[in-house]
Amino acid sequence: MSVPITVTKYLCIGCPLGCSLEVEHSGQQIHDIRGYQCKRGKDFAISEHTDPRRTLTTTVRVIGGTERRLPVKTEKPIPRDKVLRLRDELRRVTVKAPIRTGDVILPDVLGLGSAVVATRDIKAV
Amino acid sequence: MNEIHRPLRPEYDVVVVGGGPAGMGAALGAREAGAERVLIIDREKEAGGILWQCIHAGFGLHYFKEELTGPEYAQRFLKQVEEAAIDVVTDAFVLDIDRELNVTLISSAEGIGMRTVAAGAVVLAMGARERTRGAIHIPGTRPAGVLTAGLAQKMVNIMGCLPGRRAVILGSGDIGLIMARRLTLEGVEVCGVYEIMPYANGLNRNIVQCLHDYDIPLTLSHTVIEIHGTHRVEKVTVAPVDENLRPIASQGRDIPCDTLLLAIGLIPETELARQLAIRIDRVTNGPVVSSTMETSMPGVFACGNVVHIHDLVDFVTEESLLAGRNAGTYAIKGQLSKDTIALVPGEGISYCVPHTISPDREHTIYLRVRRPQERCSIVLGDLYERRLRYAFPAEMIRLQIKPEHLQGFEGTRLPVELRVP
Repeated sequence: MSVPITVTKYLCIGCPLGCSLEVEHSGQQIHDIRGYQCKRGKDFAISEHTDPRRTLTTTVRVIGGTERRLPVKTEKPIPRDKVLRLRDELRRVTVKAPIRTGDVILPDVLGLGSAVVATRDIKAV
Repeated sequence: MNEIHRPLRPEYDVVVVGGGPAGMGAALGAREAGAERVLIIDREKEAGGILWQCIHAGFGLHYFKEELTGPEYAQRFLKQVEEAAIDVVTDAFVLDIDRELNVTLISSAEGIGMRTVAAGAVVLAMGARERTRGAIHIPGTRPAGVLTAGLAQKMVNIMGCLPGRRAVILGSGDIGLIMARRLTLEGVEVCGVYEIMPYANGLNRNIVQCLHDYDIPLTLSHTVIEIHGTHRVEKVTVAPVDENLRPIASQGRDIPCDTLLLAIGLIPETELARQLAIRIDRVTNGPVVSSTMETSMPGVFACGNVVHIHDLVDFVTEESLLAGRNAGTYAIKGQLSKDTIALVPGEGISYCVPHTISPDREHTIYLRVRRPQERCSIVLGDLYERRLRYAFPAEMIRLQIKPEHLQGFEGTRLPVELRVP
């Protein structure tokens, strides 16, 4: 059974023009891309359609430090649809000061291909 | 933690007011120029400024050629400040700068109190404040739950508490968009972002990654016309605006919420500049500066958001290193060469910085256009033309002007204009 052809719209983030991109596709298979004005737009449409990824930045609780919250990020962009799952994992995390930038706060528990690391130093009190 | 590397000296070559990205850049620039005694005065318990609460990524792409978060960007500079043996006094506030450049400060850091230090040059790097409800006169009651987006950012990212449970955001600048995502990730329901202009003020990247990703609606040509609630915000009324940005109250509708975030722009923090009767640009609301980032008062320089509101911290750093280098040179030599050409914002241009240039040097000119425009040029008289595929008020334009562009020009006023073919 063939997948029906549909059109999904994206807003290009390449520059402030913000071209409205249309991807005609059958699921992952792209038939046509319309609306872009430069190569960046076309590339963005393809990556957003086939494998959209985001860097998650958030904070986790700190005890014994000079700060209450530790800012963290995913080392690499992760699949967009896994962002909220990872956020939920991080809500359960508490770390103990001292912390150094780059310390692994949460290893790649969800198999996303990226650990979560600290983005600032926090001294112990 | 109150940190100071050593006791305050009575005299400094360069005193920098503000320890955010602009202040740190200026202090490093001053050291580069050979100034040995450099002091940064900062209000918070640690220098770094607003970067600490900007935990999102997107900083450093121009300057470091890699994507950093705000805290990472701050730490790289703090490390350089430390290595350059720059004094930092924290928990401090500058009360006065006199015309001989004596800087009076007060600090709650241990062993400081109230002090006056003599400066060879001063750099103003106080940044900006957020515009508040009063700036746009939103009618209604005065309940708790109305706050600026940056304050909400500090609450969530630094203090670890939420401003409310259900929020409406007014203003589509990047801070508003970033906070829409941030609150959503922390479990706050964001009902929508409302923008009075017919176009969004933030980067498309943020519209996609902060709003679309989380199905947060952005409503253009709308504003909040009333705030309701006795003790706490209970609802806000939003209404469309006509082409003159006047609300059409009859088409208003109520949105139940307990929080209203205002992301409606920034104003340079210029109290000290005004005390010194430094000339202020009526468009930027920041000091008028020469190509050396010197204000109308000799020996007083300015950089960063106190001069004009930047989109990217990378350009704050660039501008601040320049201001600091010149402040350092001034402190050592006593004066700098004067500019001879005034840049005059003309058709389609809201402002440009610096306000004056000199034909013997290279310049970086930052400017903003008044309205969105596709396929246009920025021209400097007949001397220079830069073609652009697009120009947006929300995106600062940066021009590199070389001495050869100005060769043969003998005038004193050079109009800067947006030209549409």
